[in-house]
Amino acid sequence: MRVNFTVNGRPQEADDVWEGESLLYVLRERLGLPGSKNACEQGECGSCTVRLDGVPVCSCLVAAGQVQGREVVTVEGLADYAKQRAEGGCATGACGSAGTSLDEAKGWQAKGDSQTGEGGELSPIQQAFMDAGAVQCGFCTPGLLVAADEMLERNPNPTDADIREALSGNLCRCTGYEKIMDAVRLAAARQSEGV
Amino acid sequence: MPANGAPTKITQGSQTRGGIGESTLRPDSTLKVTGEFAYSSDMWHEDMLWGQILRSTVAHAEIVSIDTSEALAMPGVHAVMTYDDLPTEVRRYGLEIQDTPVLAHGKVRHHGEPVAIVAADHPETARRAAAKIKVEYKELPVITDEASATAPDAILVHENRDDHHIGHVPHPNIVHRQPIVRGNADEAAGRADFVVRGEYSFGMQDQAFLGPESGLAVPEEDGGVHLYIATQWLHSDLRQMAPVLGLPEDKIRMTLAGVGGAFGGREDLSMQIHACLLALRTGKPVKIVYNRFESFFGHVHRHPAKLTYEHGATKDGRLTHVKCRIVLDGGAYASASPAVVGNASSLGIGPYEVDDVDIEAIALYTNNPPCGAMRGFGAVQACFAYEAQMDKLADAVGMDRVEFRQLNAMSQGTIMPTGQPVDSPAPVAELLRRVKAMPMPPERQWESSEGADVRQLPGGLSNTTHGEGVVRGVGYAVGIKNVGFSEGFDDYSTAKVRMEVLAGEPVATVHTAMAEVGQGGVTVHAQIARTELGVAQVTIHPADTQVGSAGSTSASRQTYVTGGAVKNACELVREQVLEIGRRKFGSYHPAWATAELLLEGGKVVTDGGEVLADLVDVLEDEAVEIEAEWRHRPTEPFDLRTGQGNGHVQYSFAAHRAVVEVDTELGLVKVIELACAQDVGKALNPLSVVGQIQGGTTQGLGVAVMEEIVVDPRTAKVKNPSFTDYLIPTILDTPTIPVDVLELADEHAPYGLRGIGEAPTLSSTPAVLAAIRNATGLELPRTPVRPEHLTGQA
Repeated sequence: MRVNFTVNGRPQEADDVWEGESLLYVLRERLGLPGSKNACEQGECGSCTVRLDGVPVCSCLVAAGQVQGREVVTVEGLADYAKQRAEGGCATGACGSAGTSLDEAKGWQAKGDSQTGEGGELSPIQQAFMDAGAVQCGFCTPGLLVAADEMLERNPNPTDADIREALSGNLCRCTGYEKIMDAVRLAAARQSEGV
Repeated sequence: MPANGAPTKITQGSQTRGGIGESTLRPDSTLKVTGEFAYSSDMWHEDMLWGQILRSTVAHAEIVSIDTSEALAMPGVHAVMTYDDLPTEVRRYGLEIQDTPVLAHGKVRHHGEPVAIVAADHPETARRAAAKIKVEYKELPVITDEASATAPDAILVHENRDDHHIGHVPHPNIVHRQPIVRGNADEAAGRADFVVRGEYSFGMQDQAFLGPESGLAVPEEDGGVHLYIATQWLHSDLRQMAPVLGLPEDKIRMTLAGVGGAFGGREDLSMQIHACLLALRTGKPVKIVYNRFESFFGHVHRHPAKLTYEHGATKDGRLTHVKCRIVLDGGAYASASPAVVGNASSLGIGPYEVDDVDIEAIALYTNNPPCGAMRGFGAVQACFAYEAQMDKLADAVGMDRVEFRQLNAMSQGTIMPTGQPVDSPAPVAELLRRVKAMPMPPERQWESSEGADVRQLPGGLSNTTHGEGVVRGVGYAVGIKNVGFSEGFDDYSTAKVRMEVLAGEPVATVHTAMAEVGQGGVTVHAQIARTELGVAQVTIHPADTQVGSAGSTSASRQTYVTGGAVKNACELVREQVLEIGRRKFGSYHPAWATAELLLEGGKVVTDGGEVLADLVDVLEDEAVEIEAEWRHRPTEPFDLRTGQGNGHVQYSFAAHRAVVEVDTELGLVKVIELACAQDVGKALNPLSVVGQIQGGTTQGLGVAVMEEIVVDPRTAKVKNPSFTDYLIPTILDTPTIPVDVLELADEHAPYGLRGIGEAPTLSSTPAVLAAIRNATGLELPRTPVRPEHLTGQA
């Protein structure tokens, strides 16, 4: 089948998609966007987390056909997505007051080469993960970044318990999570201080 | 302060930024946060096929027949291969003992053993084709423990063993046995006022690295193959692959792809040979990516163990003797079992001073999943047991548990049970003092202004308690781990360092075959090069087999050994650069001949700080490149009867304090805090050091309260191969982990550093167990602890 959807603000068309293929597979193997990770393909680890119409989902559990006509943001588009949000645009309709229409959300377009992640600046959460030492092997990082960015969008001043609750669907095996906590606190603090 | 007019004495690298001791950022972290970093499962090639492995559905059986015809006939399938299709007579591989079939022949010995491989144009086609291969099994009885392995009529897991351990093991179903005897434990037991005994068991832990086993094999025009692979040791893979593929090693090119964690689980081969076989057979690139289900079968696990201990002490609290017996289940193939036995036995009594010991460790061959390397490597299981014993004995003597440990703690100069003197700092008592001195988390930390925050309580968001039935406990533990490959292994590494002027700036390039698996070796290599060569720009060349072996990213050894090799190669390059400088400019300034010269800030300077030349002018168009091997002090094998020998390179120590809260009604545990103090010798990158300690601590927490591969004892089949049923700690399960880093230099090691990756995984588990025992008063002789163990239902 053919699936048309928007990835990081750009229309995409995937041909010859099998009915059983997941969104994760289509992103990684058909669209050349391997940033979303395949740690379990069972919906348990969160490494494949993307935003589907603004909502964080495990892309391994979303059938590719289900994304027809919808908006997907992956780690490759996260920097532009965050920039757009910071500039006052509403990237998905999920932020701001209730009732933002999907059409308005679709007005967001990625800048720079967000198809590969190259060239653009980093989002605050990406920078904070680097600075705080929250990246070791990095396999959990893309999913955690998408999930943490979404939480900070909803809750700019999270408590530690809020952070832990929001990120409890993302497994990390290297860090013991302490530096991930540091990174999210850092991003929140920088955000609130306008750094 | 130097006296007036005296030169400022500076040492190499002290004036250059971004060198050792700084928390520089990872060179790969930008790519890792943007999603561009190419892991092994991200590899892609035009026209590539997907490989799939068919694995045995039973643990122990004769293979009566294999019929691949239906699979081969499927559209989209390019190849199906079984044992009969292997290209040479070498059809087994292994780290130390070549006992592992590339594809099963005649018999399968464990659940999930590879039987056949398929290449197809879509991964789903490959999976369906594999499912169409008909394998007829005739099941055999399973060997699952010491009793069944050594019974008089036991089936031999491996017939006709001819490996170098068969001569000294008491039964062919025992891979290796290492006794360690020093003094006279029986006689010393007579001096004991108190004796405690215990039988402990340790569950099978999985490394659970997140990046699945994967790689891409690309056939080359010269008949060879290029493999992009996630591994811990490229050259070890190559050595095992070449004879099976029937290719000389120089026709197999290995490039390290991005590695999503390892923790020991990538020491053995997984899909390397299978991908190459299919690529060579089809003439097309072949990618294999395990899913999580397959990953649980696709790598070895941590050895489950049964441990029996007897400790004695005098009434003033001095240890008299220790006797112990450690039985490790190695599963169906040897993997790293012999070395794990060496560690478990030689480190079996822990970081304590005891003159009279009687230790025995064995690893079994069974039909359980193969076990091998995992972070801590034999020392983890022993630490769990001897630390439980130390608590029991302290209680028997009537001493404080920490003070009892401190009284018996080893120190520099202590003689190990192997007879090896400890010739570098061993601050065991000090680490315990530090971890005990850390502030305690507040009582009833779950209380908030709005009542109980269930997220901070046992049971969490399941909302099972608001504090009723919740009891706090505190526990301590300390451990000892060896650093580097032991027992006489030639544990060298190689580094190639190049220095040249690029775009008007001196640049160093560091090329090693070290597997960066997340630990941060690449960060440290760049720091070492900056320190040793006084340049700002360092390029880390991708790891491959175009340079000599770096040894394994295992045994806490890479910063020590490949770090040492990089330091050594940099020093050789520096000498050569200075020699060029002397040749060109020596006549202009007497200091070229007389002073100690350094490279700092891109310049040649004297140790007083006087600038002699710019490196740009010294090098001009010339590049200096040196590849050199580097070795740490040699070690010796342990005597097979007495276990005596200078077997280890270096030791590493960490201590933990665990604070837990237990819902005693439901048997749920919340670890509130897990504090760690560790001696790291010298923190080359303090941020990474703390990250390693926190990560290792958390893996120890996992096996204390949740992680276990459950194997059915009747069938030897794995019951929980998924992240739904095999639980690793989430961010909600993991407490704050305050870390106190001590830096006491080891004069034998580069920069005085100490390997750090594994030690925190040892003492974490027994500290948590001790805290749960403290809260509940239960004996809890096994790990992981499950709710039924705490509620009396087990």
